[in-house]
Amino acid sequence: MRSAAAIARDVQSGASTAVAETTLSLEAIRAHNEALNVFLFVDEVGALEAARRVDERVAAGDNVGPLAGVPIALKDNMCQVGVPTTAGSRILEGWLPPYNATVIDRVVAAGAVPMGKTNMDEFAMGSSTETSAYGPTRNPLDPSRVPGGSSGGSAAAVADDMTPISLGSDTGGSIRQPAALCGLVGVKPTYGLVSRYGLIAFASSLDQIGPFAKTVTDAAMLLEAIAGHDLMDSTSLPEPSPSLVAHVDDGVAGKTIGLVRELYEGADDDVIASLKRAVESLRDAGATIVELSIPEIRLGLSAYYLIAPAEASSNLARYDGVRYGLRVDAEDVAAMNEATRTAGFGAEVKRRIMLGTYALSAGYYDAYYGQALKVRTQMIDAFRRAYQEADVLIGATAPSVAFKFGEKTDDPLAMYLSDVFTIPTNLAGDPAISIPFGAGEGGLPVGVQLLGPGRSEAQLFAASRVLEVADGRP
Amino acid sequence: MLARLSLSDAELDQYTEQLGQILEHANDIAALNLDGVAPTAHPFGLINVVRDDVLRESLSRDAVLDMAPDAQDGRFAVPRIMGEAP
Repeated sequence: MRSAAAIARDVQSGASTAVAETTLSLEAIRAHNEALNVFLFVDEVGALEAARRVDERVAAGDNVGPLAGVPIALKDNMCQVGVPTTAGSRILEGWLPPYNATVIDRVVAAGAVPMGKTNMDEFAMGSSTETSAYGPTRNPLDPSRVPGGSSGGSAAAVADDMTPISLGSDTGGSIRQPAALCGLVGVKPTYGLVSRYGLIAFASSLDQIGPFAKTVTDAAMLLEAIAGHDLMDSTSLPEPSPSLVAHVDDGVAGKTIGLVRELYEGADDDVIASLKRAVESLRDAGATIVELSIPEIRLGLSAYYLIAPAEASSNLARYDGVRYGLRVDAEDVAAMNEATRTAGFGAEVKRRIMLGTYALSAGYYDAYYGQALKVRTQMIDAFRRAYQEADVLIGATAPSVAFKFGEKTDDPLAMYLSDVFTIPTNLAGDPAISIPFGAGEGGLPVGVQLLGPGRSEAQLFAASRVLEVADGRP
Repeated sequence: MLARLSLSDAELDQYTEQLGQILEHANDIAALNLDGVAPTAHPFGLINVVRDDVLRESLSRDAVLDMAPDAQDGRFAVPRIMGEAP
């Protein structure tokens, strides 16, 4: 499939039409969706209607927008009016949101055509899509392997050329890890850069929506379209969307890039080999490389697995069978609440709800949740110090290439370790990009992670572009 | 009780073991001396945000109740909350 930039250019110029591009996307989805389980719902009627509206605007001489006629896939935790939205859970089966997530209004305003909702780990809790109530998504590059998660469906949609771009959400690595495992560019923006209005909440102080794409420029275009202040999200940063595409070719000459030991130690040899070659490419492009250690990163996983479940246990209290979603009838309200939640939530969600309520309970609050919040402060301070020594930090995205189904499902802690390199940025609130670089075991892609201080996305895209070119994708 | 979930005996055994492992991993931070470190609940020190107090359109009651498992007289309907009068 062509890039989003090329499609938008052709649709705007009249060389193609949004309906033609949408039809191609629908054909690609139809060809593989049954085998790969990428989309939970394909909005054929809605997509063709949206495409026709774009074509009418082009015909009327409007400048439709940077994503004119570009098919886009949306993770199933983003509310879209009248389109089934489940967050990968039985508890929301059949629910039709009465409002749109802000990101959906924004991509449509930029001319994009929403194609449907993609599979995900239930309530975004997982790193492989294996916790989805609707079955796992297969990795298009090797269907015996996971696509990563939790935004595995959105990653697979782009990797399989069903759509050129998609949106995911990243709470502890849920965009960057599947991007790495599927060979894509994946961006976790600065906390607050993209509105969370209409995103089904997992851990509200960590969740951010961000793009998947095959090229750095497409990812920058999509982030530019969705970023910027939103009245409907009180945690939204006050400024308008930053200029990103214009800085993609800024390069890294004169920049200092810090290779962080704790962001690759314990990773497989093939991952480390790719990372080292990426570092050399940045040096060749004029960056100064320094080696750094941020020991606080080692505490990130523990802090995250107290903070995120604590917030989740509170956010998921709303699924009580009263206002929307599943209800399992019982003789009184308390029994109905319990029966509904017991039937509606899967094993991983229950595990995290119990962990969260435990970490927040009176006798353990100080030892667990309270300590985790203090570790978060230390993490933020540690990154701040690192950014006095380097403009950009670099490490691995995931410890290994895509793993096989069932490899980690019986051992939650092993699954949690897939996110060990991505979690620290979520705790700090900073942006990070995963960019494919080289290949590992079995020719599978390896992701390299670039991290920067809050609001440094433009610089991260520029560094990613250097790696994209060095890896042979001019 | 807080989680409002019921578990079978087999689930109880499995979760006890798995949650035990996760909490054991978390002991590396439970054991730290962090006296004097301020907690962070939000990465950028969130301050209350208010908007101007002007009327805006919002979702209609019917649109919201349409998605409820049960509704009656313009309200969400639930099973009995209180016991019957003696």
